[in-house]
Amino acid sequence: MRQKLARVLGGVAIGALVFSGAACKADSGSDAGGSKAACDLKIGFFGPLTGDAAGLGIHMRNGTKLAIDQYNKDNADCKVQLSEYDSQGDPAKAPALAQQAVGDSKVVGIIGPAFSGESEVADPIFDEAGLPIITPSATRPSLSTKNWKIFHRGVGNDTSQGPAAGRYIKNVLKADKVYVVDDQSAYGAGLVDEVKKVIGATAGEDKIQVKQTNFSAVVTKIKSSGANVLFFGGYYTEAGLLLKQLKGAGWTGTMVAGDGVNDANFIKVAGQQVAEGTILTCPCAPATKAKGSFVTDYKASFDNAEPGTYADVSYDITKIMLEGIKAGKASRADLLSFINSYNGTGGATGVTYKFESNGELDPAQVLVWAFKVNAGQVVPDIEIPKA
Amino acid sequence: MNFDELFGNFPALTITGLEQGAIYALIALGYTLVYGVLRLINFAHSEVFMVGTFTALWTWQALGYDQNSAAPALGPLILAIVAGLVVAMAASAVTAVTVELVAYRPLRRRNAPPLAFLITAIGASFVLAESFGISTSRAPFGMPDLIPQKTVFTLFGAAVTNVQLLILGVTLIMMIALDQFVNRSRMGRGIRAVAQDADTAALMGVNKNRVILLVFVLGGLMAGVGALLWDLRFGYTKFNVGFLIGLKAFSAAVLGGIGNLRGALLGGLLLGVVENYAAGLFGGDWKDFTGFVLLIVLLMFRPTGLLGESLGRARA
Repeated sequence: MRQKLARVLGGVAIGALVFSGAACKADSGSDAGGSKAACDLKIGFFGPLTGDAAGLGIHMRNGTKLAIDQYNKDNADCKVQLSEYDSQGDPAKAPALAQQAVGDSKVVGIIGPAFSGESEVADPIFDEAGLPIITPSATRPSLSTKNWKIFHRGVGNDTSQGPAAGRYIKNVLKADKVYVVDDQSAYGAGLVDEVKKVIGATAGEDKIQVKQTNFSAVVTKIKSSGANVLFFGGYYTEAGLLLKQLKGAGWTGTMVAGDGVNDANFIKVAGQQVAEGTILTCPCAPATKAKGSFVTDYKASFDNAEPGTYADVSYDITKIMLEGIKAGKASRADLLSFINSYNGTGGATGVTYKFESNGELDPAQVLVWAFKVNAGQVVPDIEIPKA
Repeated sequence: MNFDELFGNFPALTITGLEQGAIYALIALGYTLVYGVLRLINFAHSEVFMVGTFTALWTWQALGYDQNSAAPALGPLILAIVAGLVVAMAASAVTAVTVELVAYRPLRRRNAPPLAFLITAIGASFVLAESFGISTSRAPFGMPDLIPQKTVFTLFGAAVTNVQLLILGVTLIMMIALDQFVNRSRMGRGIRAVAQDADTAALMGVNKNRVILLVFVLGGLMAGVGALLWDLRFGYTKFNVGFLIGLKAFSAAVLGGIGNLRGALLGGLLLGVVENYAAGLFGGDWKDFTGFVLLIVLLMFRPTGLLGESLGRARA
């Protein structure tokens, strides 16, 4: 008898849950009709918040969070929520997270995925669900050639970053012997290909693995090649370890690396003395010199931290989505067409965001900067001139 | 294939390979000792090593060194290294013993089948790694460069550095000490007796549980030494640092003959060197591939490893 009662009660409870869920949905549906701001929606952030490359992801998440917090302050009766999808930068973890985001019908847009490897597996899932994305940082060129309708890139890609890094090596460092190493990731290998096109013959090349810790073989090769510049395509953990072991073995050259290494954590892994003088590129302007009140707002919100690479880009592209929501675009399809036809200037970067049909940022807007590690800080060096 | 790279850098690749192999060997000892006595593959041993790398780092941080510190003078340097060594060895040994007491001993008391031990070992490994992962945000940690590498002498054109000599020297000393302990001391005789025939040894008055505990302690101590050397040489740790190196050390133990102490040393050094040659010959992306192909091919011809399984059958 008791068991039966429990079953009946349980059944009623489940029924009530289902019913109330359906009722909620109907509610939000009726809101969406008018042109007034859409309410009760979510924007997802997709990128590494823990793990080897978390340093890069956290700054982007902070940029997104800052934009949403400011929006919510102005629209207190109609808030937008931030959903975080922590990929750990690992392509193997990305598909499940992407499904999770797709499955939450309140998520109408995604900022990210932050890296190229995870983009390659997550974007098809977003594409199928029609969930619009703007990535602040995945720079592999081929991402825009896969006919994903939902794909947008808020920065230049490695066909601008790679050659610019190559030009820096050739024209500024005037290096004659350049060794190139990549980590076999979608991003790292792609970037090295672009660099090689500009510098021509290399002093040698090798590949490492993500999560590799002992680089003695490649250190031996680089030293014996007599190279005075090393270009590394990959992320900051491996870059820091490789450079530490290279300098430990007595190498005195300069390492040049891309935006995947452009983070304060690189110096944390390598140590200040080892990292000194390393050149880091980025298809973005220095976030610490962002326009408007972005830098002060960022510092005020996040324990006085200096905004890191792509924090300003994330802030601006999140604002694009928020503008869409403000204009009443409550469905994924509406927001997607809003982003596709967007044409406006970002408050922090000063970049005019206008996307081409393949989702790339208007090439006229792309700029590439070189940064330098100086006294334990990543500081802007020069804007690398276009070819 | 790049033969120039291999032969041109042969001495350098050999030395850095030996240095990596020595660390493999120190960790392999833990696998081999436990396997020799319990016939159990203690997968949690990779995390015993990981705990050692973290505790040594924390000790140095407590002494005021971080990744940006300059190398200290000789006095403070010796203090820092000895303190790091003691803490890492103790923490690793405590971790190993905890795993034995919490995870394996209750199973043994209930006569659990071997599969239950295997799954428990994998589970213990995950629990340890993940608890460090969560509490450290899975972040990588850099270390102070306590001993900057300096070339001591040149051998066939390859520079041999002070850190490399330290790693090889310490490993050899630890190996000889452990070998002598197991083969000559009273407690060592207990280990060999239990490895040969646990029930008979118990009848002869050997306390089996105490011997098993001792084996875990010894394995933990060796992993702690390996962890300190790792920190000094590679200056980096992370919650999953033990995974790949544990796998390699386990392979080294099998390569040399699991259950065989001298085999662990031989297997470790061989694996370290072969991996480096492969990285020179085929490129860095083939490093792990070649190491494991070597293992498989070798096991085809010598199924019990290079020196055979012999902890129990060593001289009485």
